[in-house]
Amino acid sequence: MKEIIHTSFERTRFQRAMWDRAMVFIVLLCAIAILLILFIILTHLFIQGMASLNLDFFTHLPKPVGENGGGMANAIAGSFTLLGLAVLVGVPIGLGAGVYLSEYAHLKFAQVVRFMADVMNGIPSIVYGIFAYIVCVLPMKSFSALSGGFALGIMMIPMISRTSEQFVRMVPSQLREAALALGIPKWRVIVDIVVPSALAGITTGIMVSLARVAGETAPLLFTAFGNRFWQHSLTQPIAALPLQVFTYAIAPYDDWHRQAWAGAIVLILMVLLINGWAQYYVMCRSRWSAGK
Amino acid sequence: MSRQDTSDIVFRRVLAIFPISILILVAGIFFQLVSASQLSLNKFGIGFLFTRVWDPVAENFGALPFIFGTCVTSLVALLLAIPIGVGAAIYLAEYAPPKVSKSISILVDLLAAIPSVIYGLWGIFVLVPYMRSSVQPFLGKYFGFLPFFQGPNYGVGFLAASIILAIIIVPFIISVSREVILAVPSVYKESAYALGTTRWEATFDIVLSYGRAGILGAVILALGRAIGETMAVTMIIGNNVIITPSLFSPGYTLASVLANEFTEAVSNLYLSALIEIGLVLFLLSIIVNILARLLIWSVTKGPTEAVK
Repeated sequence: MKEIIHTSFERTRFQRAMWDRAMVFIVLLCAIAILLILFIILTHLFIQGMASLNLDFFTHLPKPVGENGGGMANAIAGSFTLLGLAVLVGVPIGLGAGVYLSEYAHLKFAQVVRFMADVMNGIPSIVYGIFAYIVCVLPMKSFSALSGGFALGIMMIPMISRTSEQFVRMVPSQLREAALALGIPKWRVIVDIVVPSALAGITTGIMVSLARVAGETAPLLFTAFGNRFWQHSLTQPIAALPLQVFTYAIAPYDDWHRQAWAGAIVLILMVLLINGWAQYYVMCRSRWSAGK
Repeated sequence: MSRQDTSDIVFRRVLAIFPISILILVAGIFFQLVSASQLSLNKFGIGFLFTRVWDPVAENFGALPFIFGTCVTSLVALLLAIPIGVGAAIYLAEYAPPKVSKSISILVDLLAAIPSVIYGLWGIFVLVPYMRSSVQPFLGKYFGFLPFFQGPNYGVGFLAASIILAIIIVPFIISVSREVILAVPSVYKESAYALGTTRWEATFDIVLSYGRAGILGAVILALGRAIGETMAVTMIIGNNVIITPSLFSPGYTLASVLANEFTEAVSNLYLSALIEIGLVLFLLSIIVNILARLLIWSVTKGPTEAVK
């Protein structure tokens, strides 16, 4: 008398084949669900945003509360200012760390730093805002573009460090060895030969992290703070596009909601353009260097 | 030959300033957070984490409702995102033709690149009305016997925030899971097929078992992202200090109380309490992140590139 122990392999072949078919369908549904969500969000964004986008949006300042019209020209300019400041803070430290990590990777110290950079990647962006508040806003006694740029800049450091390290590592060792064989000191090899060869990839990494940081709102909530007017001083509060979208979205005015959608479209186009340019740049350069 | 030029030694020492800055930054963030929350730490001590009261007027602060809100939204978001995310990853890694897999991966990356304030905007004007008009009445009618689906229906609240959080974290789960599944040596699948398993059995019973640690790592990484997510949650959670089993109820999370009340903190103690919440958030996300990365490294034998 056989004892029937029920394992999955005791099902009939037919049952197992049916289950196989069913699960393929289900995982396909999962993938479709994701695409559907993306489609829904982008469609709403496009429809609502395009309806409100006009030339005024790019050239005018926000109107006083309750009045219709006006634009987000100062927010767009402010975003660019903040990103410029962020690059000044994030690129030197990130690039320097990345080069160090790749050239002296065997040291225990390098592994610790790499781990810390990964940890930094996981810190919520609003915590960076608090840090910038404590370190910049409190001493300066005012919200400012500098503190906002600082917050965004330190967010960029781990990303730039990781990509720079990656691309400097990819420089073929024959190049380094040939230079060293000529008697060039190691530091010269790094500065004059290795880093310039990796420059394309490094630039791409910087662009990608810039795109990431361009959409961040939380660190700017209490550093850049936002501003309804043009700003020429870096030590005063400054408007930024994601910040403006947030302020308008949670306000009770329909016209502001309309403008928030327009701002959202400009924001995502900005992010996608920077990302797309970075990918394109990498593709072009790799094709060029592969043809050598 | 290990002779080094002095210029090399100098260069290395000088260059080391940059990686040291990273260490200084992380330590600096921690110490500044601790020192700025001194007032609150001294007054409330460890009880801060267990007090339900958040009363700016009486200057009595406790973080428990926010810890509750963060946990609830993150957990529900994971419950929604894991099946769909891992399912999609399985499809992309195992079943999809290479071209389809590549294009869908690009679209998933697009989903990951959308700034969270735009998710919040979409949430306020599309998701919340839909929740209010269709989803929540439906859940209340058929599942109202559960405490999760009871209570007044505002649209904003834990459920809406969890759904949007799930949408935000699903791309991370997909991209890391996909890499983990692709990293499983094909020898395992081949042996399974040789024994006569169907495709799904090979994937589910064998590949997934092998990649379990990595997928768990992906999930925990997504959890870390969910914990820190500020803007989208702030815009649709309803801003209500409460501890309740009802998912329909407006609530509050650690990150969103910071976003909402930081600029309105009128007293030093208030600000200090908020910064202490920032400290809790900081420590929580670091622990979760370290855990996730250790798990992922153990499977893919090195830091993955998809992890952003």
